Parts: sequence; structure tokens; C-alpha cells
Amino acid sequence: MKTIKILGTGCPKCKQTEANVKQAVSQLGIEANIIKVEDIQEIMAYNVLSTPVLVIDEQIKIKGKVAQVHEIVELLK
Amino acid sequence: MFDWIQHLADWLVYQVFGIAQDSHLGSSLNFFIYDTLKILLLLFLITFVMGIVNSYFPIDRIRNFLSRNKLYGLEYLLASTFGAVTPFCSCSSVPLFIGFVKGGIPLGITFAFLITSPLVNEVAIAMFIGMFGWKSTLIYVSSGVLLGSIGGFILGKLKLEPLLSDWVQNILKNAQAEEELEEEKKTFSQRLPEISKEAFGIVKSVFWYVIIGIGIGALMHGFIPTGFFERYISKENPLAVPLAVILAVPMYSNAAGVLPIIQVLVQKGIPLGTAIAFMMGVVGLSLPEATLLKKVMSVKLIAIFFGVVTACIIISGYLFNMLL
Repeated sequence: MKTIKILGTGCPKCKQTEANVKQAVSQLGIEANIIKVEDIQEIMAYNVLSTPVLVIDEQIKIKGKVAQVHEIVELLK
Repeated sequence: MFDWIQHLADWLVYQVFGIAQDSHLGSSLNFFIYDTLKILLLLFLITFVMGIVNSYFPIDRIRNFLSRNKLYGLEYLLASTFGAVTPFCSCSSVPLFIGFVKGGIPLGITFAFLITSPLVNEVAIAMFIGMFGWKSTLIYVSSGVLLGSIGGFILGKLKLEPLLSDWVQNILKNAQAEEELEEEKKTFSQRLPEISKEAFGIVKSVFWYVIIGIGIGALMHGFIPTGFFERYISKENPLAVPLAVILAVPMYSNAAGVLPIIQVLVQKGIPLGTAIAFMMGVVGLSLPEATLLKKVMSVKLIAIFFGVVTACIIISGYLFNMLL
């Protein structure tokens, strides 16, 4: 099972990313562990400069912008 | 350059809608359509150009460049310029701040970036060109960049590191220069779809602010007599600039919402310098940003940061009024 993390301090863009991730996961019909990381110290452990960030299995995939559903689907395949 | 938009607006209002040319409604509607089309076009154009710059100089590369190079004072100007071309989102200001500190970039330079980033951005530039022309835009952009550099320089000299939160001080101790990033090898045509998508996204996100701003502006345009504000806010009143700025700081809006209203204020007699200072106060400093920054610095440091920037904005307001 994949672990998907969304890093972000709670701005509208981060919430949009989370919604897109959920949609992508249900589209693929897979099970995934979706975690929203809002703590700034935890976020900074990933050494990113702009949020939101999409992390799949501890690897930074998309940063600084809202990940689109089709992009996430592509990344999860 | 914008003549054809004017023709289009004339044709739409007078021919298609059939509204009389000299009627109040006709001129208001014409003003609204012309302004909206012009601004939206400029917005897309500027965000697109900025998008190209950003695609080749993403924020991570800028950070790593500043982290590795000492430029004898020029780095303030450079950080401030980078702040101007990087799109700003207030929710990114904290990660950005920490990321810079982590890369061993001095606090003053980090502040220079942080000051200019919201002050000068693609939305503000596009709207400025549309409403005040190229010359005023150039003055606005260069003074914004200069203001960020000087503000950052002053803050750097104040030795404020002890006022950072404890966990940030820990990061500061372990700071190290960042590695050179491997450049993404992509051709221009490969970058293009991404860039235009971003540009569309930015224009979309400020669309309603623009419409509502221009709408309010158009209403004020029709109902407030010319020269109305002159009685209260004139160039001669020495308190006008500081009052405008102090009033503006707690307000939170973006350039897209504020500028159409500023344009009308200027038409109705407020000096351009005072108006620009007011706008800088609104977009440059905000309470939500202060709350976010509380996670990384003490309230005292936030107060010093806001105080220095406010002072710089007030001074530049006086300068504008003298120059313009």
C-alpha cells in the first residue's frame, strides 16, 4: 500500500491538493494511506520552499502547485 | 496599443446593446468593459512572461545560488529582484523563510526577498500598466525592489537572530550551503503547456477580484465628484502619507482588488505617491502574514520587521509625491 503525504500549512491550495489525491485514489480503486502534514517543522524536514507538496512513499513528486487528478493518477500507477 | 479594445467596447455598448453614447449608463458600461478586457489581457501577458522566467529560474535554484555566493552587498538587490519575479503565496512564506535560513542565507537577505515578494508581483505589474501606464509601473517596480533591498539591509544590520524561535535557531546553527541543483533538461516547447496552465490559473484566481475592483471603481468613477478627496488628502498635508500607510497595513487584499479603486482615488484628487504608499501597505504587509510568521519568530521580531517596512513605505510615499 502506498503512503501519500500532502505537505501544506492549510491554505486553499493544500486543501484542493488533498481533495485531488482522494479523487485519484478512488478513481484507481486502490488503497492508500493518505496523510495531511500541517506541522511546519515536519514539513521542513523535506527541505521544500513552496507548498503544497505531494509526497508519495517519502519521495517528493510535485511541489509548489496543486497536483491535478490525472497527474496523481499517473504517479500512482 | 489598446485602441482596438476601445473600439471593441464602443461597438459592443453603442451598436450591439444600443445604449446612447452620451448616457451615464453608456459611459459607465463602456469604461467597465474597456478596463476589464485590457486588464485581463495584460494579466495573462505578464503572468505568462513571469511564468517563463520562473520555469528557468525556479525558487530552489535561486535559494541555492544565494546560499553559495557572497556578492558584497549586491545579494540584497538580487534577493529582492528574485522576490519580485517569484509568484507570492502567503502560505508559502514560512517554508520559504526556513528554507533560506537552512541554506545559510543571512537573515537580512531573507527579509529582502520576503518584503519584495508580495509587494511586486505579476498581478500588481499587469494592473499597474493597465491603469497608470508604463512610466509609473517602472517607478513602482524599481522602488519596490529598492525598498526590499534597503529594508532587508537595515534588518540585517540589527542582528535579530536571537529573536527567532528556538527551533529556527537550531536550524541556523546547522545551516550549510546548498548544492547546485541539476537543471531540468526541457525544451521551451516542453515547458510551454505547464507555463500557460500556470498563467491561466493565476488569472483565474484573481478574476473576481479584478471584476469587483473595477466594478467598485466604475461606481466611484460616476458618483464621486472630481477633486473630492483633495480637500482632505492633499500633497501639502504632511500627515497624509503616514496615515494612509498605517491605515493600510491591517487591511488584507491583493493588488487585483485594490488597484482599480486606487486608480479612481487618484482621478478624484489623491496624490499618486500617497495612493501608491497606501497600496504598498495593503499588499506588502498583512495581519494573516504576521500570524504565520509567529511560528518562526518572536512577536518582537515581527513588530521590528513590520516597523522597518512601514517606515520604508512611508518614506517612499513622500519621495513619490516629490518626484511624480
